[in-house]
Amino acid sequence: MADVAMSHSAGGHVPVHAPTTTGLNTFKLGFWVFLGSKCLFFGSLIATYMTYKNESVVGPYSADILNIPLTSISTFVLLMSSLSMVLALDAVQRGRRTYAIASLLGVILLGAAFLAFQAFEFTHFYHEGLKLQTNLFGSSFFVLTGFHGAHVTIGVVWLIVLLVELLRGRMPPARSLTLEIAGLYWHFVDIVWIIIFTLIYLIQ
Amino acid sequence: MADTHTTEQHASGHPTWRTYVVVGFILCVITAVEVAIFYIEALATLLVPLLLVLSAAKFVIVVLFYMHLRFDSKVFGRVFYAPLFLAVLVVIGMIILFKVLPGMELS
Repeated sequence: MADVAMSHSAGGHVPVHAPTTTGLNTFKLGFWVFLGSKCLFFGSLIATYMTYKNESVVGPYSADILNIPLTSISTFVLLMSSLSMVLALDAVQRGRRTYAIASLLGVILLGAAFLAFQAFEFTHFYHEGLKLQTNLFGSSFFVLTGFHGAHVTIGVVWLIVLLVELLRGRMPPARSLTLEIAGLYWHFVDIVWIIIFTLIYLIQ
Repeated sequence: MADTHTTEQHASGHPTWRTYVVVGFILCVITAVEVAIFYIEALATLLVPLLLVLSAAKFVIVVLFYMHLRFDSKVFGRVFYAPLFLAVLVVIGMIILFKVLPGMELS
């Protein structure tokens, strides 16, 4: 992204990329293709979970162990992190550094809170006797939600790196695309959880 | 300069923070409705279709507004929706193969 320039049009700063054959930013286009591949990845895991749903011959079963109130709160936390993410991007694009730092810090804290909820849930399930090898529910549940949690963890680390860049003053509006790409990743993780919350937790 | 900006969309073509906050509020309301539906026994028969519709609505809202597909080039949408469609087909196909068809053989 060395060729990125900046245009000062009314109301904000917009990163302008080098000319391409498509007229689109190749970094952003490539990242959308990557997210498309992630759809297939999580689609396969969700399909596996749905195939094994209610097929376990020994407990604990999903209806006995899933904690809807707790997961509803963690879902709310992840949704709020998505809101904070777009507010951070908006602040960077407008050159409002203080707002951007506060919003990005909010995303990181909310993401960490979501991971804490998941760690608590996994630990609770383990003490209730549900492990990866216990039954089909345990195998498919831990693999699906574990991979999602791993993606959230990667997102949190990525955002911490961007926060450091922001604190050092290395993210002017012209470099907002860097944060926009991280935001796309974060929102994708959010929409995957929207599906998981419905298919695993609410439809039992 | 940024503080004087009052239009609905700024120069990047993305919505303003007000739109983002309204969208966030709508997402929270939908989630609350989902959880409420789960606990209302009178809606048990409609639970699955209602939850699927609400979940799809949340998905679409995040993709269109927070991921900016409503405002960005349609090419981005095409490279995302095509594999998404394929993933949905995989899920439906697996459910039909392993859940629906075996039940039909037994009956």
